[in-house]
Amino acid sequence: MFKQFASLQWKSFFRSANFGKSLAVKILMGFFAVYMLVVLAGSGAGMYFILRKAVPDQSPMWTLSQYLIYWVLIELFLRYFMQKLPVMDIKPFLTTPVKKSSIAHYILGRSAASVYNLLSLFFFVPFCIVLWFQGYPGLNVLLWLVAIVAIVLSINYLNLLINKSDKALIAIGIVIVTSYALDYFGIFSIKDVFGPLFHALYAFPITVLVPLALAVFIYYINYKFLHDKIYLDSTLKPKKVKANTSDLAWTKRFGDLGTFLQLDLKMIWRNKRTKSQVWISLLFVFYGLIFYTQEIYASMMPMKAFLGVFMTGIFLSNFGQFIPAWDSSYYSMMMSQNIPLRKYLESKALLISVSVVFMFLLTIPYVYFGWEALAINFGCALYNLGVNIPVILYFGSFNKKRIELDQSPFGNMQGTSANQFLIMVPVLIVPILIFTLFYYLVSLQVAVIVLCVLGLVGLALRNTLLNKVTEQYRKKKYGMIAGFKEKNS
Amino acid sequence: MITVQNLTKKYGKQTVLNIENLEIPTGQSFGLVGNNGAGKTTFFSLLLDLIQPTSGHIENNGAQVNTSEEWKPITSSFIDETFLIGYLTPEEYFYFIGDLRGQNKADVDALLSQFEDFFHGEILGQKKYLRDLSKGNQKKAGIVASFIGNPKVVILDEPFANLDPTTQIRLKGIIKDLAAKDNVTVLVSSHDLIHVTEVCERIVVLNKGEMVKDIKTSTETLKELETFFAG
Repeated sequence: MFKQFASLQWKSFFRSANFGKSLAVKILMGFFAVYMLVVLAGSGAGMYFILRKAVPDQSPMWTLSQYLIYWVLIELFLRYFMQKLPVMDIKPFLTTPVKKSSIAHYILGRSAASVYNLLSLFFFVPFCIVLWFQGYPGLNVLLWLVAIVAIVLSINYLNLLINKSDKALIAIGIVIVTSYALDYFGIFSIKDVFGPLFHALYAFPITVLVPLALAVFIYYINYKFLHDKIYLDSTLKPKKVKANTSDLAWTKRFGDLGTFLQLDLKMIWRNKRTKSQVWISLLFVFYGLIFYTQEIYASMMPMKAFLGVFMTGIFLSNFGQFIPAWDSSYYSMMMSQNIPLRKYLESKALLISVSVVFMFLLTIPYVYFGWEALAINFGCALYNLGVNIPVILYFGSFNKKRIELDQSPFGNMQGTSANQFLIMVPVLIVPILIFTLFYYLVSLQVAVIVLCVLGLVGLALRNTLLNKVTEQYRKKKYGMIAGFKEKNS
Repeated sequence: MITVQNLTKKYGKQTVLNIENLEIPTGQSFGLVGNNGAGKTTFFSLLLDLIQPTSGHIENNGAQVNTSEEWKPITSSFIDETFLIGYLTPEEYFYFIGDLRGQNKADVDALLSQFEDFFHGEILGQKKYLRDLSKGNQKKAGIVASFIGNPKVVILDEPFANLDPTTQIRLKGIIKDLAAKDNVTVLVSSHDLIHVTEVCERIVVLNKGEMVKDIKTSTETLKELETFFAG
């Protein structure tokens, strides 16, 4: 039975529509994945030396043990977003003569092999190898690794249990913050309490039984829970949200545009993926803090141009690059209606413009780090408004990949094609190059003015540019309709 | 008046639709039947300019559909659930379509009030998004949305599928009423021979992309169709 399940899993992976398509995206993603793994493995291998250098008077094992409690908590916290129990896949099996217990074991067993579990192994295995080479007793190290794997699995299954409630997430968040605060201010040392416990896993190999028992126990609870809940109306039923109607009457002031503006706003607020784009964009306002606060970047003007384009244009690129794929699920309806395509695009342009202005306003406090920051951000915002908006709308006409709006945004590559990477060139790199060129050839002031002028020219030509873009959307219409119809791509 | 001339659609070497000549006069209720893969949805998609013909063209009230967009204000359709916007409530969807078709809220409300029976209290005021409605209720919303804005041509692909018996009967009444208006042309496709013979004045049978029968509906029509499909 398990063999059949495994072969199904194999097929679903290799036959997914994603797999055959867009080699470029796959290669790039593969490249990132390999890079991430190498970094993880590298830091695992290097951790021994780092710890020995950082805390010379203690064994690295002891030092690491003190922080393992944070690793457990943070991993629990992060997994809440990343990992969900794929219960929906059970549905087709319900009416087949497969025992419920096998289905439950299959679903749970499958999650043990999830990528997130493997990630920690990529860190801990190299770490253990280094320990072993450094003369740590082999048996202890090996059983410690087993204990770690058991902990990883416990985290995995615990997450599946608590994933159903937001309260658990908030609780974990509070625990992390308070325990760190307690440690940091020296009120009560969480590290000193849990450090020896985790170190015991290494010092006394027999204790490996504790995490193993824990993992088995949590697995059993999960199994019990799943086994009793494999019914269409309980676990397997997707949650329904109560609709809150709002007529957004103020959009009427925009005339014909209002219809689409209203639709766009509702789309953004009522769908997971678009909503998180907004939050992510807002968070990126703080991106500047990383660079402005560091001495080395203080005189690196091109870096500041990058920050300017990036921070004021984050929503522009996050949201804009997938236009019109956001509307993909009902695109054929839109195309058979008497839709002024021009208005449709104008509404998107307006929405993005508002975001650029808003993001610029949020970046104003960076003036604290010097007037250049403000000036550059202003120039970049104007450039984004005038030039990048038509550019990103134009590139949108190459989008042919469907986006399922209500799916989780994390690690969601839906709608992504080589187009999404190519678009970075004109949107991000070109303005930085222009800025850098004029900055080194003439001066900072001139470079900012050039960006402003380009932006203003773009704004002045907005009508003509949008006409061209509209024409392009007309031409590509059939390809878009056909592409958006393909599910799972 | 809808005129089809030398219309073909090919995917690679496979011809999925080949209609030499077809005229649908204004005001006719036109039924399209055929097995899976006969080309019904392909024909409707061509009619709505959602796919490009390989050769030939369709004219809808004098406008060639793949070159002009003049036909769009007078034509409305419901092909499948992808015509719905999942994150809107039914009301919001109706008002949106109304906006696109130059109807204000009051116009739309007036139209909707005629369909209270048809909705059976399951569509309006439910505080649910379209994506959370059942398939049948989604279909009801989509069909009624296609009546907004006094369209002259209404295209419904498989309108009876997924509907409960009561709603099927009500829908038949609605389509008959609509067809009784002189200037409204209704195009319906269906797998249900009984329904289609009941509501359509004329029935065309497609088989593997070819028009094999063109019948003016009479009492014998159902028999004729059943014999044909029995093979």
